[in-house]
Amino acid sequence: MSDEYDNNKSYQAQSSEVLDGSAGSINPDMDYVRPAEIPEQDLYHAHSFIEKWIFCQDAKVIGVQYFLTAVFTGIVGLILSWLMRLQLGFPELAGFMTAEHYYQFVTMHGMIMVVYFLTALFLGGFGNYLIPLMVGARDMVFPYVNMLSFWMFFVAVAVLMASFFVPGGPTGAGWTLYPPQTILEGTPGSGMGILLMLISLSLFVIGFTMGGLNYMITILQARTRGMTLMRMPLTVWGIFTATVLAMLAFPALLVSAIMMTLDKVLQTSFFMPTILKAGEVLEYGGGSPILFQHLFWFFGHPEVYIVALPAFGIVSDLISVHARKNIFGYRMMVWAIVGIGGLSFFVWAHHMYVSGMNPWFGFFFATTTLIIAVPTAMKVYNWILTLWRGNIRINTVMLWCLGFIVTFVNGGITGIFLGNVSVDVPLSDTYFVIAHFHMVMGIAPLMVIMGAVYHWFPLVAGKMLHEGLGKWHFWITFLGAYSIYFPMHYLGFIGVPRRYFEMYDSPYMTSAVGMNEFISIAAFIVGAAQFILVFNIIKTLKTGKKAEQNPWKANSLEWYTSTVPPEHGNFGERLPVVHRWPYDFSVPGAKDDFIPQTTAPSEVAHTEVEKT
Amino acid sequence: MSEQKIDGFELKPGFKGMASDTGSDQTMFKGVHWGKAMMWIFLLSDTFVFSCFLISYMKGRGSTIVDWPNTSEVFSLHVGGVPVPLLLIAIMTFVLITSSGTMALAVKYGYEKNRKMCGWLILATAVGGLTFVGMQVFEWSKLIHEGVRPWGNPFGASQFGSFFFMITGFHGFHVSIGVIFLFIYTYKVFAGHYESKKRGWFTKMKGDYVEIEILGLYWHFVDLVWVFIFAFFYLW
Repeated sequence: MSDEYDNNKSYQAQSSEVLDGSAGSINPDMDYVRPAEIPEQDLYHAHSFIEKWIFCQDAKVIGVQYFLTAVFTGIVGLILSWLMRLQLGFPELAGFMTAEHYYQFVTMHGMIMVVYFLTALFLGGFGNYLIPLMVGARDMVFPYVNMLSFWMFFVAVAVLMASFFVPGGPTGAGWTLYPPQTILEGTPGSGMGILLMLISLSLFVIGFTMGGLNYMITILQARTRGMTLMRMPLTVWGIFTATVLAMLAFPALLVSAIMMTLDKVLQTSFFMPTILKAGEVLEYGGGSPILFQHLFWFFGHPEVYIVALPAFGIVSDLISVHARKNIFGYRMMVWAIVGIGGLSFFVWAHHMYVSGMNPWFGFFFATTTLIIAVPTAMKVYNWILTLWRGNIRINTVMLWCLGFIVTFVNGGITGIFLGNVSVDVPLSDTYFVIAHFHMVMGIAPLMVIMGAVYHWFPLVAGKMLHEGLGKWHFWITFLGAYSIYFPMHYLGFIGVPRRYFEMYDSPYMTSAVGMNEFISIAAFIVGAAQFILVFNIIKTLKTGKKAEQNPWKANSLEWYTSTVPPEHGNFGERLPVVHRWPYDFSVPGAKDDFIPQTTAPSEVAHTEVEKT
Repeated sequence: MSEQKIDGFELKPGFKGMASDTGSDQTMFKGVHWGKAMMWIFLLSDTFVFSCFLISYMKGRGSTIVDWPNTSEVFSLHVGGVPVPLLLIAIMTFVLITSSGTMALAVKYGYEKNRKMCGWLILATAVGGLTFVGMQVFEWSKLIHEGVRPWGNPFGASQFGSFFFMITGFHGFHVSIGVIFLFIYTYKVFAGHYESKKRGWFTKMKGDYVEIEILGLYWHFVDLVWVFIFAFFYLW
């Protein structure tokens, strides 16, 4: 293969910490790792089918349970989006749908996708499966609480789904649930629907808190020997920081849910101002609807990063492994994750520019919002620099990662538009906003989820997913997602408002109708394409080729378990001892192009490996 | 505290020590039991819950259209025909703070493996907590009797009753959960589960006296929250 670079010129690491590669300098102490501080974990092994697969205490099974439940809700959310697109693109075919139905679908689609799908999938699914494996623990530190966490989530999902079947149907107030209209008569689902939604959210928060405590303590207090924080894969950093955010942001959601439940059930007026209805004053009075918006977005904005940070972490690992190159600027990546997490608590009111709050407030929040673009951009540069001159394998996983970078940059740039008050005001509540947040926190994290599924499926199931089907899945999804959301930016610019059932006699009736049809067709195709993955998984489980151990030649600990798929306890007799970060790829002088985290320094003393 | 070692890891004092603990492998908080670390982080999260409640209360109280009731009149007890403001609440606070003291002693005796003393002190804490909840029930029923409801009251802004019942109710719920666990742990200590290493009913894990300290952390937190509720509701 011809290469315009001069291969003879050596690019040696300039770090002063490079080990001396000269022969004969092997120091007998160089492999020393401190003895274990923590006693061997007391694990409760399952004795029956129920204990093993249903009320299971093994984090890996819990992770899969979370994953499957979240995917189920995600499919419900997908079907709701189809119904919405049917109405928008081809209203003549959607005669069965009333405006009330449409609002209910909008609301449930939003809430399901953000909370019950993405959050549960990243933290509950990938978090449970990967954290103990990646930090070298036998299991989560509190397996019983972990099991309760999943079942609490399960009940939350059941309550949410039940709201489809109660009189009046689910709530149709929009996923932001703004009072006062949320609980007033006339809004669809203002009876049982909203009540079940609030109960379900409260249960979700309680369940998540139990899981989140597990994730945090496992990462902080149960790492294996040699595993320092700065040797953890970025996946763990992303999930960890997202968990911290969730532990501090979900309280605001819980409190606002409790207060709104009381407004609904006991006629308190926390959020309810004096309201005139058909000339009559309602019993409410004196409350503050803006207070709800502050509480909701104090949860809602960190929630965006609760979804995004695990995606950032996972994609960093996938890119590094499949480009056979260490992640560029590991420490910078870690600090960027932490910095984004910290900043995300100071930007919430940029969702409220049109709420009538003090304009100086908007000025402050615009500034913090734009500052958050700095660490985010650093991350994007680092992903690209990781790819730069890497030994890139264009497989399905890498395609999803590249798709992520493109969609994320796209959504990030429109985020800069919307972060500025003066640009946001005309664009707010238009399809531009829809396009922005679907790109940045819908499609982009979804790309990472797909990449992660193709990457870790051999570990979970011991079989390789079909590559060809995977590539079809990727290209239809990627091109289709662009066909959906790119035109929406334009729709937003011409002023098409979001959350409208139809355009009535507005000029948009003519100017937007063709584009809406196009978007709808793309949405049907993309939605259907997701079933390629379902088919692929079923086919692979039945007839797929068996995966060898560590098929991607990765370094992190989850690939070095005693069996594939890993058994309860993960690592067999002895826990692994870690000597390095998980990114030693293509080290000059090394036998293979990867050096596992467990490789002792003396074994690679002759190479130019960096000390990490 | 300066020269301490954990499995070959030197614990250094001050900021440097914090940095070296953070940079080390295995654990970040050296020698800290998992459950104890978990409780601290849970309490941090719970702090946010109560902060949201109290900040909402401040915002709600600040923006009502009707005047807020005069709290020193509403929260007064009539002793021999004379209204004494904050009397009941002073007793409640005293009882709860005292129960924090007995809890701290229980932790001390637990670590000294003084099983009997530890058990009696946990029981005393539980009784203190129960007394507190009982007095709260009395206060609620008195206010309800006077016409205070979550949706309105005869003294002023309707939000008074809303916030009062919600926040004290949420705190009382915390106290009640604590009392239940205090009774369970009283049983566990008296039955000697920590000496016999009997496995738990649900979790199937062996216990240790550190659990008493973990419960103590929760109990002190509930007390601390009460101090804030006391300040914001009864003194403001």
